[in-house]
Amino acid sequence: MQSRAPIVLEARGITLRYGEVLALDQAEASIPAASMTAIVGPNGAGKSSFLKSVLGLEPATGTVRAFGLPVAQALPRIAYVPQRAAVDWGFPVRVIDVVLMGTYRQTGLLGRASAPIRARAEAALDRVGMADFASRQIGALSGGQQQRVFLARALAQGADLYLLDEPFAGVDAATEAAIIDVLKALRDGGATVVAVHHDLATVDSYFDRVLLLNRRTLAEGAVRTTFTRANLALAYGPALHLDSAA
Amino acid sequence: MTLADIGRALALQAGYNAALVSLGAALLGAAAGAAGTFLTLRRRALMSDAMAHATLPGIGLAFLVMAAAGGEGRFLPGLMLGAALTAGLGLWAVQRLARQIHEDAATGAVLASFYGAGIVILTLIQGLGVGRPAGLETVLLGSTAGMLRADAIVIGLGGALVASALWALRRPLAMVAFDPLHAQMMGINPRRMDAILMALVLAVVLVGLNVTGLILIVALLVTPAVTARLWSGTVQGVALRAALIGAGCGYGGAAVSAGVPDLPTGPVIVLLATAAFALSLVLRTRAHG
Repeated sequence: MQSRAPIVLEARGITLRYGEVLALDQAEASIPAASMTAIVGPNGAGKSSFLKSVLGLEPATGTVRAFGLPVAQALPRIAYVPQRAAVDWGFPVRVIDVVLMGTYRQTGLLGRASAPIRARAEAALDRVGMADFASRQIGALSGGQQQRVFLARALAQGADLYLLDEPFAGVDAATEAAIIDVLKALRDGGATVVAVHHDLATVDSYFDRVLLLNRRTLAEGAVRTTFTRANLALAYGPALHLDSAA
Repeated sequence: MTLADIGRALALQAGYNAALVSLGAALLGAAAGAAGTFLTLRRRALMSDAMAHATLPGIGLAFLVMAAAGGEGRFLPGLMLGAALTAGLGLWAVQRLARQIHEDAATGAVLASFYGAGIVILTLIQGLGVGRPAGLETVLLGSTAGMLRADAIVIGLGGALVASALWALRRPLAMVAFDPLHAQMMGINPRRMDAILMALVLAVVLVGLNVTGLILIVALLVTPAVTARLWSGTVQGVALRAALIGAGCGYGGAAVSAGVPDLPTGPVIVLLATAAFALSLVLRTRAHG
């Protein structure tokens, strides 16, 4: 069934060097529409770098097409949720202003947020359970609340493809459940979700596809057929024991 | 007598020229406060200090070129052009060095070496007997006393232009400072925004040469911004308050300078800004405690 869904994101030969270090070596991905894919791999495998390279946020080589276009032209349809640690949380900004940043392509350089756009931002906050926090300072929130605000910013953009970097890192259990509910609802509504994920125990309950990465793509496909002991040993080495892996 | 002079200057009663100079300094202060807001949010405050110090060799060289061409060498737009050239060179040097060493070390190295070169050139000029170098050293600490009407207008217009540009670009500048990767996803080019910001800061530095002087301009960029941060939780609110504080400091500094002609303007402005910061710190800490 999934194999017949159109491919919305196609990355080929993604190679990235940081000086002498080869962070990514011909990594690839082929993501079908309306799916949820976990990018899994050991620390330093290049998972975050892969997401950023796919979006053109790193000086990587390779080709990426999204929605049949070169990725640079498809960016308005793609939302990116960076790692929480990548942002200065002492910044003077309110929650609603962060969410409105997701609508920049609609409001533009000089425009003010119109009433419908403001309503869209508030609805996005509501979807992640943060409607009551609109005028709070972002720095006054807990880690989980900050992550929800980041997700709301992506929702306000109204994208068709969501790329998330460790959305569950350092968040409370309630936030983790709220985020996964939103992501599943997005997929059920036809959107495509790709997330860097570090908790192998939840891969099969959260995601329907998995991409195993260790500088290059070792395996990619449905969780049932791809998230296997043999494939995990390829990514993590043979010492890994994990009960949830088939 | 002096206090009465300062009072007249503050009330814009010290003559048309002095009033113009005070208003020009206020507009410069507003631009510096707003530019400093984005500069500190982007964590580039020290870069502006290096850039300011790197103007000095350019000022000396521009003086020499203009004196050699037969002039007095003190033509302000000419000095500003020279200052802009070596400040740009200094900025390029910081970015080039930052590939090999840490950016803070690169900033310090460029600041000191360019400033040292500038002092050597200025000292040589004093001994050469060309042009009219007397008073050239006011670019170090600023002096608004006896400033020409045309200079005051250049300063005011420059400040107003920089402040308007910052107002127009406040959203993309804030987005790049908060989360550059997300800003890029939204179609904003972070490198271009950084270049525009540094160009606007350079404009503040150049326009401020005769007001605060190049050594202390960093205080007019940074102090109003961090003071305003104590009073507001939004970028727009911080930038507006920083502009107001900067304007007040520029205005007050120019007025005191008009009353005490031997006192350089830069240190007075810095002390006013520091007082505003200290007062805000006490008031806001008490409000939160």
